[in-house]
Amino acid sequence: MTTDTIATGQAGRFAIPLRYVPVAVTAGLLIAMFTVGGIRYEGFASGQVILNVFVDNAFLLVVGVGMTFVILAGGIDLSVGSVVALSTMITASLVTNQGWPAPMVIVLVLAIGAALGAGMGAIIHYFQVQPFIATLAGMFLARGLCYTIGTDSIPITDGLFTAFAQTRIDLFGEMWISPSVVIATVVVLIAAYVLHYTRLGRTVYAVGGSEQSALLMGLPVGRTKIAVYTISGLCSALGGILLSFYMLSGYGLHAVGMELDAIAAVVIGGTLLTGGSGYLLGTVLGILVLGLTQTIISFEGTLSSWWTRIFIGLLLFAFILLQRLIGARRT
Amino acid sequence: MSPVGNRALGALTRHRLFWPAMILVALLALNVVFTDNFLNVQMRDGHLYGSLIDILRFGAPLILVALGMTLVIATGGIDLSVGSVVAISGALACLQISELADQNAVGGVLSAIGLTLVVILALGAWNGFLVAVVGIQPIIATLILMVAGRGLAQLIADGQIITINSSPYKLIGGGYWLTLPFGILVVIALIALTAFLTRRLALGMFIESVGGNAEASRLSGIRSRGVLIVAYTFCGLCAGIAGLMISSNVSSADGNNAGLWIELDAILAVVIGGTSLAGGRFSLSGTVLGALIIQTLTTTIYSIGVPPETTLLFKALVVTIVCLLQSPAFRQKAFRWRRPVPPPPVPREGSSPPSAGVGAERQVREEDEPVREETVRNR
Repeated sequence: MTTDTIATGQAGRFAIPLRYVPVAVTAGLLIAMFTVGGIRYEGFASGQVILNVFVDNAFLLVVGVGMTFVILAGGIDLSVGSVVALSTMITASLVTNQGWPAPMVIVLVLAIGAALGAGMGAIIHYFQVQPFIATLAGMFLARGLCYTIGTDSIPITDGLFTAFAQTRIDLFGEMWISPSVVIATVVVLIAAYVLHYTRLGRTVYAVGGSEQSALLMGLPVGRTKIAVYTISGLCSALGGILLSFYMLSGYGLHAVGMELDAIAAVVIGGTLLTGGSGYLLGTVLGILVLGLTQTIISFEGTLSSWWTRIFIGLLLFAFILLQRLIGARRT
Repeated sequence: MSPVGNRALGALTRHRLFWPAMILVALLALNVVFTDNFLNVQMRDGHLYGSLIDILRFGAPLILVALGMTLVIATGGIDLSVGSVVAISGALACLQISELADQNAVGGVLSAIGLTLVVILALGAWNGFLVAVVGIQPIIATLILMVAGRGLAQLIADGQIITINSSPYKLIGGGYWLTLPFGILVVIALIALTAFLTRRLALGMFIESVGGNAEASRLSGIRSRGVLIVAYTFCGLCAGIAGLMISSNVSSADGNNAGLWIELDAILAVVIGGTSLAGGRFSLSGTVLGALIIQTLTTTIYSIGVPPETTLLFKALVVTIVCLLQSPAFRQKAFRWRRPVPPPPVPREGSSPPSAGVGAERQVREEDEPVREETVRNR
């Protein structure tokens, strides 16, 4: 169940347990994409290309982690993109317009994100509103709040934020990463620990597998459902802060459609949308696949940006078919 | 939908469409207070003008999309791809018309529209195929076309906004016929057709049966797959016509922004109208009411002078209020102490999920659903 077993699982192709197959296929696809890219394009086959995918998608990685929790528990969170935008907007307006100290703003934004998530979770659990609709309302709410703060882009010039944006952490060789990547990595590690080694994590899987059974087993279903939406809200807020490091601005139109990217990454990573089955490593690989697709399209040069959407759609299709085949074999 | 409920106020407030209707009335009343002559409908140059007509005219595409969405949701599914279908339809039609030698030729425009609708039908059928034959969850199956469709629309338009100058095409979304905006007539015709197909023929019952339990319906002799494919194809067709309307109204096609978020508005309209996302029953009049609420809300925000950027905020409020009012769990918690007289002696807690059998009698009284675990996500 740990990441180690998955890594060893890839070695013996026919020895992989069925539940690891989706993640293994995603990993295989990633390797294939990297190999083809390396053969086709000059300067592609370097570690920095992979690292750049992380640098450019650190915020998406954090958002994807939250989405993985929600989807594993059998829900869906459409509000993540809006919460990311709201976080950049609150950060920018408080730091730039009000002159608040940056650390305080960051803590406040994280609290707001978690509170929004908890609110949606509470509505979903206590009033039995479908997750799709409740988070849709949250999406409208957060986007609407962005526009009430301001309709224009607000630049961020605060020292802490520019420092985070410009710092390069040098690794061996010529390679470097940004502090956001470190933060995202820490988030992924914590989330993987929570999912696989704590009671909350096991309950998330149980609730996603069958809410009724989890309830009958005496598991705290309500608390867990609210917890996953809170985690997703918190991750979205953190993603928003990482995005403001990356963009150095707050804008109501940031992260439009990010919920789709996050859901796509989770699906490509092999997590079942019905909940109860999937791994965090899959989501990381899924985001790498999305990022590498964009990189390849920019390396190709002649392909227009809309091909990204079409490719992601095709990838989604392929992976969902794969999930169906595995699901059919399992039953 | 039914006259039952007129006898007592209590029965009226429990009618499925009571709360949505009240919200629409409240919104309209708000407009009457803030805008002079809001309810006036004038005859000018042989056309009807007025705020009410405007709400209908600008709401026409949303009503259409929501109409198709209702049938899909009634089968227990959902169609996220309608926004992309709107964009593809507009782009395809405008591209063909822009290539015509004479953009005002009725024949050329008709053939462009015809070809567009054929492609749109194929896209809808593709969604239906993925859901019914391959067996993918609807939310995911349509997510594919939602993501790829925007790309396709831009591919068709080559990343440009196609502008055209064609008077026959302009008629669909911006023209008048028999004193009414043509779009409204199209919508009325489609609503009538849908109502006939689903309420006078067996199709509606099949759809509700499949939505209640696809497997049980199949075993009782209904071709679930066929019904599903029909529902998704119809939804695609509605979205396609809405796309024609939107692009015709502005005489251009924008692959990026046409129909953006319309899927969410449409789902919202359906839910406000009282159709459960769990499937199994639907209300066409509720959906039309829901779409009108959303459009009236937008108009209200413009007319009472609230900054239009806050539209989303109001939408969020309305969604939350409507969903909470429709949630049995919320009503029980909120109205328990406010209403000393207990609600009528209907089996509240233990009422079984709607029967899945063919011809299950639909209950006019709003049926309180216990926890239905098998919501959209589990399909």
